[in-house]
This record gives sequence, C-alpha cells and structure tokens, in this order.
Amino acid sequence: MRILVCISNVPDTTTKVKFSNDNTAFDDSGVQWIINPWDELALTRTMELKEDASNPVSNVTVVTVGPAGAEPTLRKALAIGADDAIRVDAESGDAHFVAAQLASVVNDGEYDMIFCGIESSDYNGSAVGGMLSEMLDIPSVSAVSSLRIENGEAVITRDIDGGKEEVSVPTPFVGVVQKGIAKEPRIAAMRGIMMARKKPLQVVPAIEAEPLIHYQEYVMPEPKAPCKMIEADQVKELVNLLQNEAKVL
Amino acid sequence: MSVLVYTENWDGKFKKLSLELVSYASSLAKMVGGSVTALSIGKVEQDELSALGAYGATNVLSVDDAPGGLDNQLYTSIITAAMEMTGSKVLVLAHNNTGKAIAPRLSVRLKAGLATGVTALPESVDPLVVPKKVFSGKAFAKVKILTDSAILTLAQNSFELTETGGSASIEAFDPGVDVAGVRTSIRDVQKQEGKLLLSDAEVVISGGRGMKSTDNWGPIEELAEVLGGATACSRPVSDEGWRPHEEHTGQTGKIIAPNLYMAFGISGAIQHLAGVSSSKCIVAVNTDKDAPIFEAADYGIVGDALKVLPELVTEIKAAKAQ
Ligand SMILES: Cc1cc2nc3c(=O)[nH]c(=O)nc-3n(C[C@H](O)[C@H](O)[C@H](O)COP(=O)(O)OP(=O)(O)OC[C@H]3O[C@@H](n4cnc5c(N)ncnc54)[C@H](O)[C@@H]3O)c2cc1C
Repeated sequence: MRILVCISNVPDTTTKVKFSNDNTAFDDSGVQWIINPWDELALTRTMELKEDASNPVSNVTVVTVGPAGAEPTLRKALAIGADDAIRVDAESGDAHFVAAQLASVVNDGEYDMIFCGIESSDYNGSAVGGMLSEMLDIPSVSAVSSLRIENGEAVITRDIDGGKEEVSVPTPFVGVVQKGIAKEPRIAAMRGIMMARKKPLQVVPAIEAEPLIHYQEYVMPEPKAPCKMIEADQVKELVNLLQNEAKVL
Repeated sequence: MSVLVYTENWDGKFKKLSLELVSYASSLAKMVGGSVTALSIGKVEQDELSALGAYGATNVLSVDDAPGGLDNQLYTSIITAAMEMTGSKVLVLAHNNTGKAIAPRLSVRLKAGLATGVTALPESVDPLVVPKKVFSGKAFAKVKILTDSAILTLAQNSFELTETGGSASIEAFDPGVDVAGVRTSIRDVQKQEGKLLLSDAEVVISGGRGMKSTDNWGPIEELAEVLGGATACSRPVSDEGWRPHEEHTGQTGKIIAPNLYMAFGISGAIQHLAGVSSSKCIVAVNTDKDAPIFEAADYGIVGDALKVLPELVTEIKAAKAQ
C-alpha cells in the first residue's frame, strides 16, 4: 500500500499577519513556516500505520505545491519519517489550482490512500482534499478522526455534526483529516533529520490549471473596545452588566 | 437567477443553521434578482419543509428516499442534478462537516468558484465578491469568484434569521442518481443524543488549565445548564483527558461564534482565540491580570475561577429568578 500525504507549508500559528501592495498580498517577510497542523497529524498517523507490521504499508510520500522556499518544510516531513517527497514547482494558487497539481501527482504515482488536512491554517479553505477526490473520481471521507486498515480497506471514524460515524471505504480514496487522527504531532528526532538529507526530493513542473477564485483584498478586523474590568468581589455587578448592558443573559 | 440552498436535516428536523442558510440565500437572491429553492435530502415531514418558506424559500425540492449516511459522491450527484434542474447559478451550504465534505467536490463538478466560511452578504454581485475570514480569524479577505457559477459555504452564526412570512411549495425530486455506485459503507453511528451541540449553542461556558482538575467542572456544567448553553474547553484540557475532545475549541478544534462565551482559567493563546474570537460577548476570569484573554474579552475579572464560578452560578440563578 502506498500512501501520499499532502502537505501545506503555512506560517507558524503565532504569526502576526501583515499585508502588502495595498492589502492585496500576504507579507511573508520574517515569517516562520511550519507543516500545516492537520497535515502534520495525518503524517503522524501514517507513520504509525507504517510502523505497525500488521499493515501492508510499503511507502509514504509527501507532496507540496509551492516554491523552493517550501522545501525545508518537506525536509521536516521526511525527518518525521516519510520515504520520499515531491514538490510541484509553483507559487501556489487557489485551492482548485493546488488540487489540480496534486491530481496530476496522484495520476503519475498510484497511491492507495491520500491524506489532506481539513483546512490549511492560512486561507482556511477546507477545499483541496474534496476537490482532489472529485478530480480523481474516487471516494472521499471528510472530518476523519481515526483510521485503521482492515482487510485492505480503511475503517474510519468521522465526525458528523452531532455525532460520529464509523465508515469503511475501499482504496483508493482521499481522507480529509482533523484532530484526533493522531494524539500529538510527531517531532523529528536527530537521526531522522540526518536521514532526511539523503532522502529523495523530486521537483516536478506545474501543469496548466485555472484558478476559480481570487483573493482580491485583505482587511484587518476592527480593533476591539478595551475589556471592562470588574472586581473579583463584585460578581453581582458582572451579572448586572451581562443582563442589562450586553443583554446576553 | 435562482439560488439553490442545501438545507440539511437532523432526524427529519431543520435546525437554526438551516434557517440561517435560507435567510442568507433569500437576501442574496434579492441582490441577484432571483428566487430561492431549498433542497432537502432524506425523510422530512411536509410541514417542516414548507416552513422554510417563512425564511424566504419559494420552492423546496425534497429527495426523501436517499440512502442513510453521507456519501460524498452521491450527495455531489444529487445536488448537481438539482442545480441543473433549477438552472441555479449560486449554491449555498453550511460551513459544517457536511458542507466541507461536499462543497469542494461540487466546485469541481460544476466548475463553480468556491468561497468557504463566508461571513456576510456579497459586497458586489457582478463580479461576485464575498468576505471570509483568513489566517484563523486574524484577518478578513474579499474573495472574488471568477466563474459563472458560485458555491458559498456560510459560517455558522454569522447571519441573522430573517422571517419574511409565506410558505414554500414542495416538490418531490428524483435526482436520477445511481445508488449502486456508493462506496463508503456506514458501520456504526453514535449520535450525541439530547445534548446541545457546541456549534449550535448561543451560550458557551469554557474552562482551561486554570481549572486545575477535571473534578472542578461541576460549576461550569451547572452554569451551562442554568443558561441553556454548552460546555467547552481549551486544547490542553482535552489533551489531558479532563474533558471530551468534542469540547476542544480553537484553531485545531471547534470554531464557534456564540452570543456569550465565558472563559475560566484560559490564558487566551492565539490558537485558542482563533476558535472563539467571533463570539458576540466574551467574559474572562483569570488570576493573571496580563493574560492575553483580557485583550479579546469584553468583561473581565482578575481572580480565582474556582471562587468566582460558584458565586456567579448563585447570582445568575438569582437574576434569572427575578
Ligand atoms: C499548532 C497549534 C495549535 C493549537 N490549537 C489550539 C486550539 O485549537 N485550542 C486551544 O485552546 N489551544 C491550542 N493550542 C495551544 C495554545 O497555544 C495554548 O497552549 C492553550 O490554549 C493554553 O490552554 P489554557 O489557556 O487552558 O492553559 P494555560 O496556557 O496553561 O493557561 C491557564 C490560564 O489559567 C490561569 N489560571 C491559573 N489558575 C487559575 C485560577 N485558579 N483561576 C483563574 N485562572 C487561573 C493562568 O493565569 C493562565 O492564564 C495550539 C497550539 C499550537 C502550537
């Protein structure tokens, strides 16, 4: 079984965001880049599956769509344990453009399970995994919070709004994963980091693909009014304010 | 130009979320000069269906013999058939697990630009430009749709219900799809019976590591009950197993927008705020006067949550009793 984990290279979650060119572009100066948190969990679970000898997982590939600057993030994924990496050489565009690049990688590679995160922490699109599965015309399971392999099929827990479902799905499929899929993201060990340097990282050209949307402009949220402080022995006053000023009780 | 809205049901009932979607679609339809058709999949009583008319749907298409459980490919085919039948150019869904699962597939199938987590009506309709949050709530973006057709998923609690009166006409709809192609099989379903879902709650009472131990959650649960709300927690609290994972709010957990969010012993890390900063009113209780939660809060108390909570329960009960 071959697994492909799609990795989005995103700004560290503590980044103070800034925009440039009249608020039409994200200003990435000084930004620290990380593996998108959900992709990191997907990779962690994938490594757990591979290490359990009862699973027929033979190879784990990680892929990202992005410029050369995204390679350290791919190396990090290799250090966590992926066998090889692919970078599609493009300034990543909208979700449709990215999904089209990933579909082309899948068509060239024969993967049984393909994982994407439920969203990326930058544009919060929640779109790439679903689009990819539709382009490939294969099943997708979203909001995956646990996954195991049983008789060559994946047995998955997914969150539905108001509960959980256990579903099984034959390969190939796209799993769109969220919290729960792995407990803690795995951190690369020194040995992994050394080995990652020698693992193959293939760069492939982008294919032609149309964007369907365009991020036209960014706006910072309105600054919030300062917090009204109430003394700890004036709980009654807080209740009064919530009831009569904020009108939320 | 007609707007199609997918109204999901829960055991045959629509929730406020579905009505928000119809309200939004109806305001949108006025902007583009068209009418709203709602699509319902699964068994729903006629009264419940026609009640969607009160929020602006003129028509309801009902597919009542769909197989149980969400198969993303099957739902994509059903909704595509409804878009084609009604000649709709805009599709509105919820930005919940269902919407996130099927909207991207529909975007590819219909070649329609997809804007997810939309927070308000478009600021222009030709071209269609809609606002959404990006960078987990740190900024907003204006998203321009470049295609003829558009798909929007609406962030929950971001649009007020608007009752227009009227009832919708109901039409049984046969999407002509082949269920033999369904490849995901449902083995087991566990519903959170009788419990208010965190995402639906208007009031959320939340605890962080400052609550010290799982044994101290009594007053949080009591307060939630008194206010008809739900309980939530920060990530370390669910990681520790003090509270179930469904309660974890924040960037990597649930993103919520209740009317009232009360945070007890939560520091207000940026990843936590990403999930709660859209709440209409935030109350924070924390022993540290410099905790970042106070920058996001509307009302704050510097103090011991374990002492403040029981008093708050008493005072709120007293206020409610009046
Ligand atoms: C990629 C990434 C994603 C993350 N996603 C999330 C997320 O989705 N959600 C999330 O919550 N976190 C998330 N985190 C973790 C986040 O950075 C914080 O570590 C976490 O939110 C802190 O939780 P806390 O406020 O409960 O605990 P702490 O930071 O330990 O804060 C406890 C607070 O309680 C106060 N306190 C202590 N005792 C009392 C008392 N008796 N009464 C009142 N106050 C008291 C303290 O002053 C302190 O402010 C994420 C982190 C990363 C790196």
